[in-house]
Amino acid sequence: MKILVAVKRVIDYNVQIRVKEDGSGIVTDNVKMSTNPPDDNAIEEAVRIKESGKATEVVAVTVGDEKAQETVRKALAVGADRGIHIKAEGIIEPLAVAKILQKIIDKEKPELVFTGKQAIDDDCNQTGQMLSALLNWSQATFASKIEIKDKKLEVIREIDEGLETIEVNLPAIVTCDLRLNEPRYASLPNIMKAKKKPIEQMNASDLGIDTTPRVQQIKVEEPPARKAGIKVSSVAELVQKLKNEAKVI
Amino acid sequence: MPREAMDYDVVIVGGGPSGLSTAIKLKQLNSELNVCLLEKASEIGAHILSGNVFETRALDELFPNWKELNAPVKTKVSKEKFLFLSETKSLSWPTWLLPSVQQNHKNYIISLANLCRWLAEQAEALGVEIFPGFSASEILYNDDGSVKGIATQDMGLDKEGKKKDSFESGIELIGKVTVFAEGCRGHLGKELIKKFKLDEGKNPQQYGIGFKEIWEVDEKKHEEGMVMHTAGWPLDKNTYGGSFVYHAENKQIFLGYVIGLDYKNPYLSPFDEFQRFKTHPAIKKVIEGGKRISYGARALIEGGLQSLPKMFMPGALLVGCDAGTLNMPKIKGSHTAMKSGMIAAETIFEKLKDNKDLSIYEDKFKKSWVYKELHAARNVKPSFSWGLIFGIIFTGIDQILFRGRLPFTLKHKYADHETLKLASEMPKIDYPKPDGVITFDKTSSVYLTGTNHVDNQPVHLKLKDPNLPINYTLKKFDEPAQRYCPAGVYEVQVENDINKFVINSQNCIHCKTCDIKEPSQNIVWVTPEGGGGPKYGNM
Repeated sequence: MKILVAVKRVIDYNVQIRVKEDGSGIVTDNVKMSTNPPDDNAIEEAVRIKESGKATEVVAVTVGDEKAQETVRKALAVGADRGIHIKAEGIIEPLAVAKILQKIIDKEKPELVFTGKQAIDDDCNQTGQMLSALLNWSQATFASKIEIKDKKLEVIREIDEGLETIEVNLPAIVTCDLRLNEPRYASLPNIMKAKKKPIEQMNASDLGIDTTPRVQQIKVEEPPARKAGIKVSSVAELVQKLKNEAKVI
Repeated sequence: MPREAMDYDVVIVGGGPSGLSTAIKLKQLNSELNVCLLEKASEIGAHILSGNVFETRALDELFPNWKELNAPVKTKVSKEKFLFLSETKSLSWPTWLLPSVQQNHKNYIISLANLCRWLAEQAEALGVEIFPGFSASEILYNDDGSVKGIATQDMGLDKEGKKKDSFESGIELIGKVTVFAEGCRGHLGKELIKKFKLDEGKNPQQYGIGFKEIWEVDEKKHEEGMVMHTAGWPLDKNTYGGSFVYHAENKQIFLGYVIGLDYKNPYLSPFDEFQRFKTHPAIKKVIEGGKRISYGARALIEGGLQSLPKMFMPGALLVGCDAGTLNMPKIKGSHTAMKSGMIAAETIFEKLKDNKDLSIYEDKFKKSWVYKELHAARNVKPSFSWGLIFGIIFTGIDQILFRGRLPFTLKHKYADHETLKLASEMPKIDYPKPDGVITFDKTSSVYLTGTNHVDNQPVHLKLKDPNLPINYTLKKFDEPAQRYCPAGVYEVQVENDINKFVINSQNCIHCKTCDIKEPSQNIVWVTPEGGGGPKYGNM
C-alpha cells in the first residue's frame, strides 16, 4: 500500500504574526517558516505504518513557492521515501490544492491519503474534505488514532462531544489531529540522506489547474489589543463595577 | 549503545559571522574540504542579535563583489549624532570631536541576522553542510587530550532525563580541526578556556548586556541612515553603558542599550534601565506614535585584548566572541569576528595541507588588522572604571591625541560576578511602571522574541547548589537574577511564607547573562534541545 501525505509550509507556530502596515497581508520576510504542525503528525503516522510493514511507500507532496520544497525535504528526513513539489505562487486556496492533489493521486494511485486537519495560517480546514468529495473517497477527519484492518480503517476522531470511533473503507482520506502521535526528530544523518532523495517538481499550470484565488482578501488587521485589568479594593467595589460598568450582573 | 559518528575535515560550532566566515574561507581556499557547521537555533539568524553599524572591511576581503551578490548591506550611514543625556536635557557632542573609531560615515546600518542568512546561502552554495536546529552539547577528546570533535545533544529526553518515544540519540561529529564559534560566553568555549588554561596570564573577561528593540515609526520621524549614540542618563556615572538609535530601512528604528555587567548595585535592573531610557524626551519624540515590533537581548564581550584568551589548542580553535574579538570603543564586533574566522580558515588550510601546527594562528592573528585595532582600543573600557567623566577625558587623550598608542595597558581587575556590593549597602531603585506604549514589561517583551523550548525537557539552566539562591544570594544580594535576566526566567516566589527560587527555563532567550553575573557562579547555562530559544527575524 502506498500512502500519500500532503504537507504545507507555514509561519512557525512560535513566531509572533505581524500584519503589514497597509493591511494587505502579513509580514513573511525573514520570518521563520516550518511545516504545519498537524502535517508533521500526518507524516509520522504514515512512516509508522510503513515501519510496521503495512505500507510499502510514503510520498510527501506540497504545493507552494520554491522554498516550500523545504517542507518536503523535512518529510524525507523523517522517513518519507520521495517527494513531489507542485510550484505555485501567492495564496493558494483549499479548492485549488484539492484539485492539484486529485491530479497527483490519479497518477500515483495511493490507497491512503493523509493531511493535517487544518493549516495554522489560514485555518481553513477544508482541503481534506474537498479532496474526498472530488475523488468520491471515504473521509475520516480529526483522527487521533488510526488502525488498518484489512481493507478498512478504524479511526478515532476528536470531536466536540469527545471521541468518536468510525470505520471507513479504503481508499480513504484521513485528516490528522495533533493528538495522533508524537512526531520524531529528524536526525542529522537522516537529514543528510534526505538531501539525496528525489523530489519531483512541476508547475500547477502543467497540471491544468488554475490557482487564482476565488476569494478576494480585502484587508488584514490585528485583533484589538486587550485592555489592561484593574485591581479592586473590596468585594463591594467589584460588585458595583460588575453591575454598573461591565453590566454583567 | 554507541553513538553514530561522522567524519569531517572541519567541524564548526555556531552559525554567526565568525563561524560562517570560517566555513566560507575554508571552501574558497580548498573546495574539496568537508566542512560542516552546526547552529543551535531553528534556522541561521534566529539567535543573532546585534546593533548593527557594520564596517565592511572583512566582508570586502571575503567577497569583494558582495554588492553584486546582493548582500543585505544597503543602508549607508548618512548622519551621525552623539548625545550626553541628563534626566530631561541632552547635549549634542560634535562628531568631529569624537575619536575616529567612533566615526561611522563609511559604514552601513544592517541587520546582522539577515547578513548571516545571506552568508549561510553563500556557504551552502560553496558546499558547506549547514545543520540548524542541532546544538553541540559535548566536547570529544582524543586519548592524547586533544580536541576530537563534538557531540550533538540527545533529543527527546523528559525532565528527569528519561527517554521519550521520540528519543533521538545525539551523534558524534569528528573533525581534523574543530572550530568553536558560539559567540559571547559559549558554553563549550568556556570549558575549553578552563581545560586548556587559555586565559592564563590574561585579565578576567568583561561583559555587557545589550538590549535591542525594533520600532516601526512615522515616515516624518525617520531619517534613513542616521546613527545616534547616547551616554549618561538613566545610568549613574559609575555604571558603564550607553544607547544606540539607528534609522534602518523600511521606516524601522533599531533602538538599543548596552550596560556593562561590572555594575555594582544588585538592585539595578538592566531591562528597566533600557525601558526608562526610552522615556527621555530626545528618544521618546522619535518613537512616539510608532510600534515596537521586536525585542531581544544578548550578552557581549567588552574585555578587549587584555582579556582575549589564547585562541588555539590541540585540535581546535576559538573564533569571534567565543574568544572575545569585539572592539569596544568602536562598538563593533562583526567585522573582527569575521576576520578572526577567516584567519582561522587560513590556519586550518595550512595545517591540513602542510601539517603545520595550529599555533600559527596566534602569529597570523597578531599580524592582522584585527590585532592592530584591538591594541589601539585596549585602554578605553578599563578607564571607565574611574567613572564616566574621567573615562571620557582619558579616552579623549588616549584615542584622539595618542590614537591608542599610549605606552601602557590598563588592567581589568575583577570578573563581572565579583563586582556586586551587598544589597544592604546599596540603594534600592524605584523603576517607573511600564505604560504599554513606550515602555513595556518583561512578559510582553519576551512574547515578541518567539522563544520556546520543547515542553518537558531537562532544565538547561543548572544550579550547582540548588539551595544557594534562597539561602545565600537572596539574603546577601536580594537575588539579582530576578533583575539581570532580560526574559524573566528567574523568580523568587513566596509560598506559605517560604521563599522559592523558580526557573522558567522555557522563557530563556540564550543571552548567557546569568552564567556571567551570578555572584557565586552558581548558574550554569547549558544547551537546551536544538531548535529551542528565540526566533529573531531581522535583529
